[in-house]
Order: sequence, then C-alpha cells, then structure tokens
Amino acid sequence: MALSIPYLLTVITFLPLVGAVLVTLVPSDGTKKWLALATTGGTFLVSLLLWTNWQQGEAGMQFVEEAVWFAPLGVRYALGVDGISLFLVLLTTFLMPIAVYFSILYVHKRVGAYMALMLLLETAMLGVFLSLDLVLFFVFFEASLIPMYFLIGEWGGQNRVYAAVKFFLYTFAGSALMVVALLIVYFSAGTFDIVALQNTPLPMAVQTWAFLAFSLAFAVKTPLFPFHTWLPDAHVQAPTAGSIILAGVLLKMGTYGFLRLAMPIFPQAAEQYGPLLGTLAVIGILYGALVALVQKDLKSLVAYSSVAHLGYVMLGVVSMNAQGVSGAVLQMVNHGLSTGALFLMVGLLYERRHTRLLSEFGGLWASVPVYTGLFLVVAMSSAGLPGLNGFVGEFTIMLGAYSYSPVFAVLAAAGVILAAWYMLTAFRKLAQGPITNPANDKANLKDLNAGELAMVLPLVLLFFVIGLFPNLFFDKINPSVEAMLATRSALIQQATAEQMPVLAETVEEQ
Amino acid sequence: MNSAALNLDLTALLPALGMVAAAAAVLLLDLVNRGGRAPTRPWLPWGALAGVLVTAALSIWLIGQPAASFQGMAVHDERAQALNLVVLTGAALTILLSVRYIPNVNGQTGEYYSLILLVSAGMMVMGAATDLMVVFLALEIFSLGLYILAGLRRSDRRSSEAAMKYFLLGAFASAFFVYGAAFVYGATGSTRFDLIGDALLAGRADPLLLSAGVALLIAGFGFKVSLVPFHMWTPDVYQGAPTPVTAFMSIGTKAAAFAAFYRFFTEALATEQASWGMALAILAALTMTLGNLAALRQSSLKRLLAYSSIAHAGYILVGLTTAAAPGIDGALYYLIAYAFMNMGAFAVVILLERQGEMDALGSRLNGIARRQPMLALLATIFFFSLAGVPPFAGFFAKFYVFAAAVQGGWSWLAAIAMLNSAIGAWYYLRIVVNMYFAEPTAETRIEAEQLSVPLTVTLSLAAVFTVALGVLPWVWTELVQSGLVSVVVGGLAAR
Repeated sequence: MALSIPYLLTVITFLPLVGAVLVTLVPSDGTKKWLALATTGGTFLVSLLLWTNWQQGEAGMQFVEEAVWFAPLGVRYALGVDGISLFLVLLTTFLMPIAVYFSILYVHKRVGAYMALMLLLETAMLGVFLSLDLVLFFVFFEASLIPMYFLIGEWGGQNRVYAAVKFFLYTFAGSALMVVALLIVYFSAGTFDIVALQNTPLPMAVQTWAFLAFSLAFAVKTPLFPFHTWLPDAHVQAPTAGSIILAGVLLKMGTYGFLRLAMPIFPQAAEQYGPLLGTLAVIGILYGALVALVQKDLKSLVAYSSVAHLGYVMLGVVSMNAQGVSGAVLQMVNHGLSTGALFLMVGLLYERRHTRLLSEFGGLWASVPVYTGLFLVVAMSSAGLPGLNGFVGEFTIMLGAYSYSPVFAVLAAAGVILAAWYMLTAFRKLAQGPITNPANDKANLKDLNAGELAMVLPLVLLFFVIGLFPNLFFDKINPSVEAMLATRSALIQQATAEQMPVLAETVEEQ
Repeated sequence: MNSAALNLDLTALLPALGMVAAAAAVLLLDLVNRGGRAPTRPWLPWGALAGVLVTAALSIWLIGQPAASFQGMAVHDERAQALNLVVLTGAALTILLSVRYIPNVNGQTGEYYSLILLVSAGMMVMGAATDLMVVFLALEIFSLGLYILAGLRRSDRRSSEAAMKYFLLGAFASAFFVYGAAFVYGATGSTRFDLIGDALLAGRADPLLLSAGVALLIAGFGFKVSLVPFHMWTPDVYQGAPTPVTAFMSIGTKAAAFAAFYRFFTEALATEQASWGMALAILAALTMTLGNLAALRQSSLKRLLAYSSIAHAGYILVGLTTAAAPGIDGALYYLIAYAFMNMGAFAVVILLERQGEMDALGSRLNGIARRQPMLALLATIFFFSLAGVPPFAGFFAKFYVFAAAVQGGWSWLAAIAMLNSAIGAWYYLRIVVNMYFAEPTAETRIEAEQLSVPLTVTLSLAAVFTVALGVLPWVWTELVQSGLVSVVVGGLAAR
C-alpha cells in the first residue's frame, strides 16, 4: 500500500465538482481549458489508488464511507466500490481527460460553461457508480441529466434542441415511477442500503412492481429495444466529447442499474421477467446491427451499434450466472472504450471534413494511413476480433447466455457476424478503393498529429491489454460477481423454501 | 368561567404579536415624516423586514417550548413554528421584491408593508389554531388584507378585476367555511378540534350533519389553496395582482390553509380517516393533473406559475392525505422549499416586466442566457427545482411527501403524482430551452429600472436556499424539530 487518502471515494467523486466551480471563476478561456484537463487528469490519477490499494480477492464493498444524510427517511450518504463498479469508475475517470482534451482542441464556443458542465457530469456519473444508498444513487442518476442536456442542446449539431429535450424528457419520465418503487421497497424492507437490500427477501408483489418500475427507468437509459429511440437523436446531435461520454459511460448507468439493483434486489421477479428482458436484448442486438448496416451517416452507424452492443451486456446481465455477469461487467468497460474510441475517430474525421456521410469518403488508406490504421483497430475491437478487448467480453457473455438459454446465445452470435459485416462495410466505404472526392486527397486531408495520437493511443493500448490479459480484470471482477450471485440464489432458495415448506423438508431429508 | 381557569399565555402568541407590533410601527413610521428633507418612507421596507427577522428569531426561540393557550383554541408546537418560518420567509422575500416595485404601483407604501405584516400575522395564527372559530378569524384576517393587496393598483383594470374576483369568490369560500363549521358544531357540539374528536370517538356525532359540514369545510379550504374544482379564480387573480403580492399569496395562503387543514383533519377527524382520506386523494389527483395540463398551454409567465401553483397544491395535498406525521412534516418541508423556488421564479417575472405592466410573456425569456447569463442560471435552478430534478430542493420535497403517501398505503397516488411531475418537467423545461437555445428577440431585455439590489439579493437568497435545502435537507427538519442549537451541533458532528 503506497499512498492512501482518507475519504478517497468522496475525493474522487467531488474533485470534478470543485474543478467545475474553479473553471467558472478563472478568467481566460485558455486557463479554463487546461484547468478542466488538469482536474480530470488529477481525478484519474487519484482513482488509480483504487487499483493500487485494492484488496485482492475481497468480494464486498471497499473504501466504504458512510454518514447519515436525511434521518427522517433513513437516507444515507454512503459510498463504496466493489469488483462490479471498480472498472466503471476507472472507465469514467479514464475517458474524461480524453473527452476534455478533444474539446480543448475543437470546442471554441463558450468554453467555460462547456468545461464546467463536463466536470459536473463526471461528478454525477461517478456518484452513480459509487453510491451504496438507493436515494443517493437516484439523485446522481437524475442529476446527470442536467449537464448532458445542456451539452447536447448548446454544443450539438443541427437538430440539437429537439435531441436534448427528447433525451431529457424520455429519461426523466422513465425514472418517474422508480421514485415510487424505491419508496415501496423502503417501506417494505426498512432500508435504502443497497447492500442490505441485496440480502433482504421482499414480498413477491413488491418485487414485481418495483422490478418493473426499476426496469423501465434502466431500460430507457441503457437503452433497451423498444425504448432506444432517443439514443440515435442524442448521439448524432451531441458534440463529439458528449458522444464519447454518453456512449462510454452514461449508457452504462442503465446496465449497471440492472446489475446492481433490479436483478439482485428483486431476484424472483427478475427470474420471472428475465426471458422478456433477454428477448428484448436479443431483438436489440439484431435490430441495432441491421439498422447500423444501412446507415449513411458514420455517427449514426456507431450509435446503432451501441444499441446492439448494450444488448450483449443486457444478455449477460439477464443470464445471471458467473460467466454472463462477469462478461457483462467487462463488456460494459469494453463498449465504453471501443465506442468511445469510435466516436472519437468519427469526431476527428468530422473536424477535418465537416461531414460524416460515408458516401463522401473512400480511399483514406492512401491519404491518411495512420488514422485509417487506428480506425481499423478500433472498428475491429468494436466488432469483437479475438486478441482485442471486445472478443473477451462477448465470448464470456456468450458462454453465460448459452447456459441460460441456447436460443438467445445462437441469435446473439448472429449479431456478432452482423457486427463484423457493418464495421467492415463502413471501413471499406471509408478507407478502401480509389479516392473519388478530391477533398480526401493527401494534400487536403491531414493525418493525425501528436496531440490527437495522444488521445487515441491510450485507448488502443487498453484494447490490447484487456484482449490479451483479461484475467487482470476478471480477478477483481469475479469475486464480487460470485458473491452477489451466491447471495441472490440464497434469497431465492429461502423464498422457495417458505413457499413450499413440505418440499424443502423432503429435500433436506434426502 | 373564573379568571383562574382563564388560560391567556401570551408567550405562545409572541410571533403573531411581533408581526402586529411591526405593522403598527411601520404605519407610525410612515406618518412621522412624510415630506421634508429626510422623509421616512424609504425606511419602511427595512422596518418591516426588521420586524420579520425579529419575529423569525422569536419563532425559532419558541421551538421546543410548546404551549397551548386560550382554552385550547390555539397551540404553538413545533409545526406551528415551522409554519411561521415558512410564512416569514415568504414575507421577507416579498418585502425585498417590493422595495422598487410598489412605489410604481401605488404611493401608499406604508399601508402596503403593514398589510403584508398583518396578513402574515393572520396566516401565522391560522397555523396555530385548534378551533374552527379561530381558524375562521385567521382566515378572514389574512383574506381581507389580501383582497386589498390584490387590488393595489387602483388605476389598472386587471388589478381591480383580480381584487373583485378574489373578494367575491373568497367571500363565498368564507361563507362555505362558516356554514360547514356550523354543521360540524351541530353534529358534535363543539368547534374545538379535540372536543370534536372526543365526540366522534364517543359516537355522539350525527353522521349526516358531520359529512355535510366536512364537505363544506373542504370546499372552503379548497378555495383558499386553489384545489380543483375550486381553482377557477387562481389564474386571473395571480395575473392581475401586483407580482410581489402574487408571490406572497402563492406561498403564504397555501402554507396557512394547509396548516389548518392538517390540524383539523388529524386532530378533529382522526377517527374518520377512512372516509375523507379517499376524498382528499381524489382531489389531490385531480388538482395536480388539471393544474399541470393547463400549465402546458400558457404563454403568460404569471398564468403558467398560477397553474403550476395549483399543481403544487396537489402535490402538498398528497402528503396530507395520509394524516400521519411524516406526511405533515413532508408537507412543511415542501412548503419551505416551494417558498424559496417559487419566490425566485416570481423575481424572474418581475425582472422581465416593463414599466407599468404587471405580467410578462414567456417569450421574453427567449435567448436571455446570451444577454444575462447569471439570471438564466438562477432561473434554471428555480425551474429545475420546481420540476423536481435532483439535487435541488424541489426533488427532496416531492420525495419526502410521496414517501409519506407510500407509507400510508397510497402508492397509486404517489405514482400519479410522479407521472404528473414528468408532465410538469415538460413545461418547466420548455422555459429553460427557450432561455438557452432560442434566438434572442427585441423583447429579450431587462429594463434597467426593474433591476435593483434588493431584487438581486432575493434572487441569490432564493437560489442559495433552493440548492442548500436540496443538498442538506436535514437542516430544515432539525431546525423545526429541535431548534437552532441542534442544527449547529448536528452540523459540527457531521464533520
């Protein structure tokens, strides 16, 4: 244990908030930009302490902090991190400096407000992953809407206001009923403590309604088919850094919600509605992939590929076995890195050409080889090429899904083929063949410079690290996942025993 | 009745008396020097504000020393002090909003400030009343004052119309109330809440007379807090009255009437919860739904806030439906949160008004963020808070109230309320959209005479408390339940 900081999780969560306040106070745009970068970079470095000080093999929550927040309703300010949330936290702190650096290069309009909103968003996202209290979780979950709404609405593309409003209202309405559900849970179990709730059996009626309400909120956020319609709008209109964060982190709040709350707290209802969610996930995989296949705009292609990828994550979550869930956790990180990188690449191209239509491109191999080579790696990572990160996650999920339901696994495997298809098609249109448009000439199109490489290379490096040494990650993920699954099946067994005492006795006699 | 049995403990009434004394002082101060080299008139608002602050201090001091007085007709418990603080917050912010505003509307500023103070006194008495007659007295004290305040701008047709409408319908409501009180007296033989409760417990009440009486009382209360279907007057009166008065009405009236509401229903009718709980729940559902749906279509900011205020009355009523302690504490928290965020919203309206008018179209906010970024930021806080988005006070208020509803078994009502707050988010968000993303027009500007230091202070205070109450909700509950010392100690312990 090298360095340890008291209240580490609070520091990580609120460092960006402090940065946001400072950014609004310092005078010049230049200072604001570099201060924002320094804050996100600093947050990343501090969050690395989670990795270095990690209790290897420990399944429960680590670095726990706890204080009463609002006594009349038993609401606590409680933070903690385990193997399930660790990498989502690191993903967030890792992607933020990249997104901020991209913005430093390409955002010139009202820089102070932009950077402050990015930093506020980081605090909200980290809060979601670190909360151990349902109410605290919900507060961060909803609070993340405000900065994202302004980022899309102010710095987005042509249709930005429509997209921003749709994004806000969709997600706000989706989670409205969750408030009632979490109150019902509270008055049934007597606590908002997420860890305690995972160990508390709830009556079936409570489980059903609460599970459905939670699922609605998270399904909109994830987004699960058919609640995905806000996503292409939001993504296509969002500024590049917004897309990186939206795809990279924000969507994970939905799948994380399923994994941390909906599935383990309401185990029987989850069993009951699991096939439904699984079906929606598989539809999402196939539908997202097919729609991505016919996109003319590169960014909406990536957006629809997100729908498909999150379908895999959901499939792993729904399967609720060790491989499925561990794979889902890793795949959340993978999707964050790959899709974040894809949006980054699309953004870099857009800043050069101010178009994203695939028909405008062709032959980029010849003019911008470094960019094209990196794009290929990123695309392959997203499509799940063995040796890169995407493969490990998808393969593990497939194993889990197969033991849950072979049909789902087979259909999802078809999605992998489709993913390779649309990614390669996009790559062919983008990079291969002759240069048809003079704007793509070597003379007109600049390859990546050192600063841009500095954003892309860390991502690519991580693709290989995760792809080649997945156990570095699984070692930390697995104990928590297994513990969660064990608690969950104990709860289900207990409930079954209560429902059928005679049967339980006969089983014991045997 | 001999004098020994006469319980006249005036300490219990100190806050209300403080307000009356301040009102008298302001009136006198107005008379002292009306002309000459150093007229006292500019000092009136500050005198009134000092009165409010002293009263607030008294009220906080009284927390933890409950007293019943006047033969059990009034009681000063923690909730009465909490209500006092809500009313005083409203009064203080209203006074700050009025400093620049009122002299343009009506020269009689002395009367204006003393009326604000007297109306507050009436509202505070209402929060302490435990007898239908005292409730009625308090109702009339503050209503009469508000009728005058609504019609303050005598030359303006709208203002006079508002005053007239408010007076006529208010008189009707009062009549309903008295009639209902008479029925309840006939049924139970008393107007005192505890004695009514005893009579019901002993089964000495005539059920038919009682339900007729209670229905009439609900109608009377319903007018005051503008529950659907008794809300018709609200948009017109809100629009016609001078804006600081509207702001004050939206908070003070609601707070006072809801306080009497809960005392009557929990103390007098505790045994009848089953029969009137459903009636209140239906009223609440109707009120929030109609209020929100009507607000969707408003172009005038004051009418929008009027309908939004109807919707918020519905949310607060959700807390009272349960008649249990958490619901009432939740409603009080809601009221203080609402006091800050709604005062802030009305301060924004005032800024947008032009010389000589008393309303502003929502379109004047178009693109205001480009010209007044600070104002847009503060307005965003108020509107997001009104919509119930965390981490602002409005979220915790809804959460607290709906928690009580779920606890009391009214989950369906809480679900309707949450769906309503999603509808509400639509029109509040539209304002924010227009502020940031619409193109500024020639109408997008603030007239210099509307901008004043007291108004800026109001905006900042309202914003600070809207955020602070959302992030540190325990400060309020701790303050009204255990006093200031406990808040300070709690704050230190949390560190």
